[in-house]
Amino acid sequence: MKEHITLKADIRKARTPRSGYGLRGIMRQWDLQSMVLPGFICLILFSYIPMYGVIIAFKEFDIFQGIGASPWVGFYHFNLFFESPELNMVMRNTIIISTLKLVLIFPAPIMLALLLNEIRHNGFKRFIQTATYLPHFISWVIVSGLVFSLLSVESGSLNYLLEKLGIIDKPINWLSMPEYFYSILLSASMWKEIGFSSIVYLAAIAGINPSLYEAAEIDGAGRIRKMFSVTLPCIAPVVIIFLILSIGNLLSAGFEDILTLTNNGKNGTLTNVAEVLDTYVYRVGLSEQRYSFATAVGLFKSIINIVLLVAANTIAKRVGGNSLW
Amino acid sequence: MVRNSWNDRIIDMIIYTLLAVLSFTAIYPFWNTLVMSLNEGKDTAMGGLTFWPREFTISNYEVIFNDERFFRAMGISIARTVFGTFLSVLITALMAFALAKKELKGKRFYMIAGIITMYFQGGLIPTYLWLREIGLFNNFWVLIIPGILSIWNMIVFRTFFQGLPDELEESAKLDGCNYYGLFFRIVLPVSGPVFATLSLFTAVGLWNEWFNAGIFINNADLLPVQNYLMNMINSSSTAEMLSQMGNGVNVVTQTITPKSLQMTAVMVVTLPIIMVYPFLQKYFVKGVMIGSLKE
Repeated sequence: MKEHITLKADIRKARTPRSGYGLRGIMRQWDLQSMVLPGFICLILFSYIPMYGVIIAFKEFDIFQGIGASPWVGFYHFNLFFESPELNMVMRNTIIISTLKLVLIFPAPIMLALLLNEIRHNGFKRFIQTATYLPHFISWVIVSGLVFSLLSVESGSLNYLLEKLGIIDKPINWLSMPEYFYSILLSASMWKEIGFSSIVYLAAIAGINPSLYEAAEIDGAGRIRKMFSVTLPCIAPVVIIFLILSIGNLLSAGFEDILTLTNNGKNGTLTNVAEVLDTYVYRVGLSEQRYSFATAVGLFKSIINIVLLVAANTIAKRVGGNSLW
Repeated sequence: MVRNSWNDRIIDMIIYTLLAVLSFTAIYPFWNTLVMSLNEGKDTAMGGLTFWPREFTISNYEVIFNDERFFRAMGISIARTVFGTFLSVLITALMAFALAKKELKGKRFYMIAGIITMYFQGGLIPTYLWLREIGLFNNFWVLIIPGILSIWNMIVFRTFFQGLPDELEESAKLDGCNYYGLFFRIVLPVSGPVFATLSLFTAVGLWNEWFNAGIFINNADLLPVQNYLMNMINSSSTAEMLSQMGNGVNVVTQTITPKSLQMTAVMVVTLPIIMVYPFLQKYFVKGVMIGSLKE
């Protein structure tokens, strides 16, 4: 009897003014709809209209004619990029930098998390976390200021240390030498993000069932053995998710880090090793105002990135059953 | 327990040493910068300054704090951070609250429209051209509006709101409360931590942002403090640097160098972050966790 009553109440509830279809339904929940509205307008204004603007990659954009009236030129700008003398340099730098980042920077926070997990002393652990998370929260402008200061010829700590240790006789102007740029860039990126990126892995480690470790101990596994045979396999799904995302960003080798460390592109001696797709788009697009060409280069990059993302995801799904979607 | 074996102690020693070195490298650049900002510029240029000032002075700070343009830049950055955080969190949370409601019409459409933008973006040039077209060039609002909706934060909020018990809202609904009443009177008071987390993240992001400000603003009086700092860092000579600074700088003495001023400015711009850092640390682990649940 009671069930019957609630059922009736449910039916009545379903027919209350909140339900309905089409525009009338939307108007009936005006308050709820109006909450989405500001956000949705932002989405249209700042994401979808610029997305439509990508069509200037296939046009000869003229600022006075606007996007719609500018003439179509098909793949002209793409061909121009593929035939440009700068293509090799830009692609080479992009691939070298992002490969180095994938190989050296991607595993670093995983290792840090593994090491932190071995620390039993809680105070020390918290201290290390506090110290290594901090650089994540400062801007690349400040990081570049710190890097320039540490590497400076007359007062830099690095030159001072190396001189004291007798490794070099006189100070080196590190930032004027292209051969050191990748080391500087990678160290700075790692310095900034290693701590913060380790949080997700630490959380994954915290979620591991302790009985797995007990079982491993009974089998006679030592600490190192447990690290490789229990901890790593258990956090593998998280690692794979982040690996897929990194592969999907392979052609985004860096932007803010490279710009700030090359003095916003003003450090000309580094251009040959530091110019990547994103900084190239910025330079030809905004400094040289070749809008259509730069948009084409940017679109080329996004398409390759998406193809890589889908490919990495598919492979991960086939091989290990872990994937983004 | 096998923990006391020799092998174990050696492993412990290696791990502790490695991590101690790592934390040292994380902190040292900040410390060294602080020391340089408190040391006489000419003396700093002689090199070898590491852990402690040799010729202690606060004259570097006096020069920076006498620069009108620095104060303007600070004001712009503070205004940007305060208004931007407030608007961004409000818009993002309202959208998330509505999208957490099953009865919202078009929920799927809104969600998909949002998630697509996490994978595809118009890119630098189309965004630049469009924002310039709608009059955001050399306009204070360009520092706030373009990044005002963060889909990532929206999903974090939504995940949190979805986890709230339904009974919480039932009685308010029976009292004839509309959704705004529900949001501000019932949900907001119990959502302190998630609001704190995302507000702090948004604020830090706005404070640190320099790229948009750099491409959309060429009026030096409208530049936020990150760009003021960047112009300072990138000037190659004292003369160039002084030209970047405002007219208030006329107390430059023999002992001050571009380097010492740069380090002082770095310290002043980092200070607000270091001040909120304890709060950030309290919340961000939680924030990252809620976010990764979505994966």
